[in-house]
Amino acid sequence: MSPRRTDTGGRIDRLKTIRFTFDGVAFTGHAGDTLASALLANGVTLFGRSFKYHRPRGLLTAGVEEPNALVTVLKGEVREPNIPATMVEIHDGLVAISQNRFPSLAWDIHAVNQLGGKILSAGFYYKTFMGPVIGPLKGTRFWMFCEHFIRRAAGLGSAGSAKDPARYERMNAFCDVLVVGSGPAGLMAAKAAADQGARVMLADLEPRFGGSTNWSDETIDGAPAADWARRTVTQLEGRDNVRLLPRTTVWGYYDNNTLAALERVSDHKEQPAKGEPRHRYWAIRARSVVLATGAFERPLVFPGNDRPGVMLAHAAERYANEFGVLPGERIALFTNNDSAYRAAVALKKAGAAIVAIADVRSELSPEMRKLATEAEAEIFAGHAVVATEGGKALSGVKVQRFDMVTGALTGDERSIHADCLLMSGGWSPTIHLASQAGAKAQWDAARQAFLPPKPTQHGPTQQWIGAGAFTGSFSTAEAIAEGRAAGLAAAGGTSTPAALPTVEAVHGDPDPAPVFEIRAKGKSFVDFQHDVTAEDVRLAHREGFVSVEHLKRYTTLGMATDQGKSSNVPGLAIMAEALGKPIPEVGTTRFRPPFAPVSIGSLAAERFGDLKPERLTPMHDWHLANGATMYSAGLWYRPMIYGLSGETIEQAYVREAKATRESAGIVDVSTLGKIAVQGPDAAAFLDRVYTNMFSTLAVGKARYGLMLREDGFAFDDGTTWRLGEQDFLMTTTTANAGKVMQHLEYFLDVIWPDLKVHVTSVTDEWAGAAIGGPKARQILAACVIGTAVDNATLPFMGIVHGQIAGVPVMICRLSFSGEMAFEVYSGAGHGTHVWEALIEAGKPFGLVTYGLEALGTMRIEKGHVTGAEIDGRTTARDLHLDWMLSKKKPFIGSAMMDREGLIASDRLELVGLIALDNRPLSGGAHIVEALDEANPHGSIGHITACCYSPALGKHIALALVQGGKARHGTRAHVSDPLRNRFGPVEIVSNHFYDPEGTRMHG
Amino acid sequence: MLITCPYCGPRDVIEFTYQGDGNRERPDPASQNFEAWNAYVYDRLNPAGDHNEIWQHSGGCRTHLRVVRNTLTHEISSVAFVRGDHASTARRKAEDKA
Amino acid sequence: MMAEYSAFSLLANALKGNKDWKPAWRKPDPKASYDVIIIGGGGHGLATAYYLAKEHGITNVAVLEKGWLGSGNVGRNTTAVRSNYLLPANTRFYEHSMKLWEGLSHELNYNVMFSQRGCLNLAHTPAQFDDYARRGNAMRHLGVDAELMTPAQIKRLIPALDISSDARFPVVGGLMQRRAGTARHDAVAWGYARGADRRGVDIIENCEVTGFLRDGDRVTGVTTSRGDIRAKKVAVAVAGSTGRVMQLAGIETMPIESHVLQAFVTESLKPFIDTVVTFGMGHFYMSQSDKGGLVYGGDIDGYNSYAQRGNLPIVDEVMSEMLALFPGLARVRMLRSWGGVCDMSMDGSPIITTGPLPGMYLNCGWCYGGFKATPASGWTFAWTIAKDEPHDFNAPFTLDRFHRGLVIDDKGQGANPRLH
Repeated sequence: MSPRRTDTGGRIDRLKTIRFTFDGVAFTGHAGDTLASALLANGVTLFGRSFKYHRPRGLLTAGVEEPNALVTVLKGEVREPNIPATMVEIHDGLVAISQNRFPSLAWDIHAVNQLGGKILSAGFYYKTFMGPVIGPLKGTRFWMFCEHFIRRAAGLGSAGSAKDPARYERMNAFCDVLVVGSGPAGLMAAKAAADQGARVMLADLEPRFGGSTNWSDETIDGAPAADWARRTVTQLEGRDNVRLLPRTTVWGYYDNNTLAALERVSDHKEQPAKGEPRHRYWAIRARSVVLATGAFERPLVFPGNDRPGVMLAHAAERYANEFGVLPGERIALFTNNDSAYRAAVALKKAGAAIVAIADVRSELSPEMRKLATEAEAEIFAGHAVVATEGGKALSGVKVQRFDMVTGALTGDERSIHADCLLMSGGWSPTIHLASQAGAKAQWDAARQAFLPPKPTQHGPTQQWIGAGAFTGSFSTAEAIAEGRAAGLAAAGGTSTPAALPTVEAVHGDPDPAPVFEIRAKGKSFVDFQHDVTAEDVRLAHREGFVSVEHLKRYTTLGMATDQGKSSNVPGLAIMAEALGKPIPEVGTTRFRPPFAPVSIGSLAAERFGDLKPERLTPMHDWHLANGATMYSAGLWYRPMIYGLSGETIEQAYVREAKATRESAGIVDVSTLGKIAVQGPDAAAFLDRVYTNMFSTLAVGKARYGLMLREDGFAFDDGTTWRLGEQDFLMTTTTANAGKVMQHLEYFLDVIWPDLKVHVTSVTDEWAGAAIGGPKARQILAACVIGTAVDNATLPFMGIVHGQIAGVPVMICRLSFSGEMAFEVYSGAGHGTHVWEALIEAGKPFGLVTYGLEALGTMRIEKGHVTGAEIDGRTTARDLHLDWMLSKKKPFIGSAMMDREGLIASDRLELVGLIALDNRPLSGGAHIVEALDEANPHGSIGHITACCYSPALGKHIALALVQGGKARHGTRAHVSDPLRNRFGPVEIVSNHFYDPEGTRMHG
Repeated sequence: MLITCPYCGPRDVIEFTYQGDGNRERPDPASQNFEAWNAYVYDRLNPAGDHNEIWQHSGGCRTHLRVVRNTLTHEISSVAFVRGDHASTARRKAEDKA
Repeated sequence: MMAEYSAFSLLANALKGNKDWKPAWRKPDPKASYDVIIIGGGGHGLATAYYLAKEHGITNVAVLEKGWLGSGNVGRNTTAVRSNYLLPANTRFYEHSMKLWEGLSHELNYNVMFSQRGCLNLAHTPAQFDDYARRGNAMRHLGVDAELMTPAQIKRLIPALDISSDARFPVVGGLMQRRAGTARHDAVAWGYARGADRRGVDIIENCEVTGFLRDGDRVTGVTTSRGDIRAKKVAVAVAGSTGRVMQLAGIETMPIESHVLQAFVTESLKPFIDTVVTFGMGHFYMSQSDKGGLVYGGDIDGYNSYAQRGNLPIVDEVMSEMLALFPGLARVRMLRSWGGVCDMSMDGSPIITTGPLPGMYLNCGWCYGGFKATPASGWTFAWTIAKDEPHDFNAPFTLDRFHRGLVIDDKGQGANPRLH
């Protein structure tokens, strides 16, 4: 006998047939089926293999807490591993495969692990694999050799490397009341809050709203509970202050009532609708939250409790009533509480034979006896299941008389023929979100469960109200009452509307017997996926791993993909018994996000495939159209070279630099940070910010400035232009633009609020082109109108305003290349226009465009510093910029810059290097006094930047070297073992080229 | 975590940049008291409980805020401009927007 | 005396139904006084106790832990072990740690599962590649292994990595330290605890220090939730709780901020990546555990916190960076996240020193690099406690280096803890 589809019933659409495959075999199911229910309906009982022993496993549950039936869903090359079959809605074309088995699910070679069961006990890894102390497998090698095989055996599904073509989306949402869970409590809460006019969001991880009404036999207001739920949902749907989110798992509860949820928008469809994402990530800011998340049923721990065919009682009830599937024909039940009797009746009604109900309790209520009679089940009161029989499918169970108080088993075992065993070990409220929000759960001895704390004991940044089974109120009537009260309170309402819906249900005792484990011979599983047995828990106890966190970490209990949703409390109970302490003294687990696993794609959302914005200069398209190879620098893209066909990078930059020094070159400098510093105190402010004076700077002139951090180390450099008495334009390095801006704002807002200065980032307002070389002035003269550019009108560091090609421009004569050079700034929108005009004007003069490589080459020749030298660890002195440290005024960093560590004689100082072997140098190479290629040591510094210098005809570099200046004229060696580049260098001044500056002063 | 900017209203923490311990006092710029300078630059109060902090609303109005926030619970008990003088007008603006 | 662990003892015990295993460490009550008290039963405190006993013969030692042993950052990290630092003081110290790691399982008779699967730092621009070359060469000049890798070599090592040139931040190369790797974090705490216990150290859990006993300036013991305990020397190794504990000693400010760092693990997967990899254009690092989960993390949240939990912006950022490197992981699922409290120092480097009060010894400032430091931290701290002066390895890691300007700033960020 095997599971089968019932003839009627269930919330599936029997008129719609769906075709899918599992492990390559074609199956059919109905619309509304999960993969689990559809396979079960086809008689499949074997769904997966466990993690450690590779034991055959069937369905334990019907929901998100499923530990056994994990599958990989395939979409072409894209793999989605480890998805519970209970959470996969089938659709035409669905392809799913089992995992963690070889060669097949039915015959798995790693099942041999079971033979080593006693050796592979908890913690066995820690006690062996240390390997020999000598020989080829000493040290870590033996472990790594073993680990190779262990890793292949471990792991569940496989991830792929193919890029997921799906789209993910993020929504920021705001509401007055977020209701989590759509059972009777959640529906009532949503309705009550919505009736108060609150903006309500209602989320449920299942596709169908209604929670337990989908499978219970109860009636509400005289109609089947599911009809009541559907009516309520329809009412909510019609309201524009309510948003319903089915298939939405609220998984994280963060500060200030920020909740994270995952909506599975189109997983259940063959193809997403146009524009539809696969998943939508909701970041919900809720004024208040109603937690109506229900409860999870717990398994009982007894030998053979993991055999396929053993499942939770309410799961079977769900399969029968919600999906129209009977999990077996001859069903036995094993329980410690009343809720399983409801399942017995449901399965009987659906067509199964209930062959036995073993109840650990010897005294049963008349109501339960009546239900058993209704189910035509033989009752074994005061009995326990002590074994299960069968291979990969259940064939029978053994029961024995059981004393609840002593745990003793007496009398003869009795075998009962059954193809399905349902177990119920009581219920654990789903308190995960409350726990994430900082609430410490409290043990309730009657319910034998951890309950959420009273609302007054919440974390101060998270405010929620609980309702229904979440609070330990397991009856539908209580759920309805609490749900409405919670909804009203969450919406801030006080009015009490008409009478509550009336519930007709069998009254069961919500309190289970305090029995978690039946100790008999054989493996009894606590954590099904990770194969943690009751003996493993006791071993952890013997070895002193007794606190809840040690128990988890030592045995891996609760660390599997289901995160202990069903195993947590039984594990604690077994440890508590071993310790002879009450359960809460073992400790309570604090749950952390996420409540259930979350796709990483959804969390990246719109940044999947588009990690960071791209910053492009106004002339970007021109560069691309004119042969530039682009270089990504932070968020920016900048031309590296404008290569001619067949040129190497070096040939290109040498040509560009040479042409610039011989005639003229132009480079895009729009990426430099630009900050407008304005106001009556602007000059005074700059005097405090820069190490040198700016208040003495004349209007219409620029000055090079250096900034230090508060701790006295160099921070950034650049030129600042005085455009007016109270109006400065500061430039910063490209990389530090944002940091400098924040630095200025901090000082203005926090330290010197009395200064009347305003700073504005204007980086993106200006396009900048630097044109330099002996012909640069002639080129400018040929295209600028409205101003002269001769030496008198535009001296070194002078600023003029004019027009180029009809566009107003600002020109400052300053030089990074060391040539006579000008920076031409225009409005960003006109950048390309002005750039093209300059190129056009330069044609007769042999103007070339040059990129970062040539820019770098010319700056190395000049010995200017950049971020490679101002690296956050160097001082002004290290960089020979101490001439810029004003003694006339304090400035940021001045008080700290003379501390002993900053003036030590062995500090790294900036020098120049010339390769004496005439071979290229390498960035990041180190410098040594004596070369030892075999055993490099004795580094005295490193190269920060290097190039072939066309001006010198040599390979040169800038370097930071201990006591650098004193070494000028001496020899040392580059030592680059990483790239096997060793050789002699001469240490020289960093000012290689035109140190007097005659070319730029012209 | 939400910080209620007096200008902009409640905003997610992602919009803000943390500028650390707000109890530090910068010595007079000309001060030669190195102990005071060192304390200002390097030493921090690091309480487990309410902490007086500076945050910049860098993804918004860019003002600096003095925030009292509990480091154990992340609860924020007060937010004010570091620059106290225009706090009252800003509060009005925030109320208008709310 | 507890039995040695070995394959043989496993088998022998298995035959007896695993009934004879003894606790990995005793659970003694505190004595009235000790030679040395170590506050903090995390990796560093336990390693300190172990090396005090083993290297210096000081066994009258108590380790006081306010909760369960290893409940701090040793149980909350992403398990990477490496010595690929830029500055010599750090490289020397972490390389000493690496050498201790290489023999640790044998030394402790406890498999800490140190697996030298390598650590690869990805470079995304030529300039960054040169930066890594500088760092790698610095390591090589101190005798530490390092090598540069090309994109093609990287692709062979990590087939799932996106090295395409149209990636937002293409991979141009990487710096590999082969001897780096991962270890089983909890096992490190348990192994040191068992090793220290076997040498006579008292490990006392659920014992919270509530104050310091003083004789004038001198620290002479502690008050605890389990009574007063006196000691000749009191050592503090409490990482994220440094601020709180030092306040108990009347020291209000420190060059430390406590920040929260989140970490994540995916569901268990078949072998996907066989090394530790870091992203160069953000802050992301990932490895795969022996159980198959991808273990990964990113930046600290960036504000003071003792809450051991963070917020969503960092979660989103870390996942985005993860997919930039591994676009095949979009459908893989994040299983668990957690937060640790990091003692961020003002230069990103630790403090292991005598003082600041007489009778007191301080070990802190680990930022988020404390796990890999565990053996060397314990080893040098034990030396410092035993000899009242630092070993060469920790001599640079003084408390007064900040004021003196002798900072060890690997990232060059200055006194800005959230950026280290």
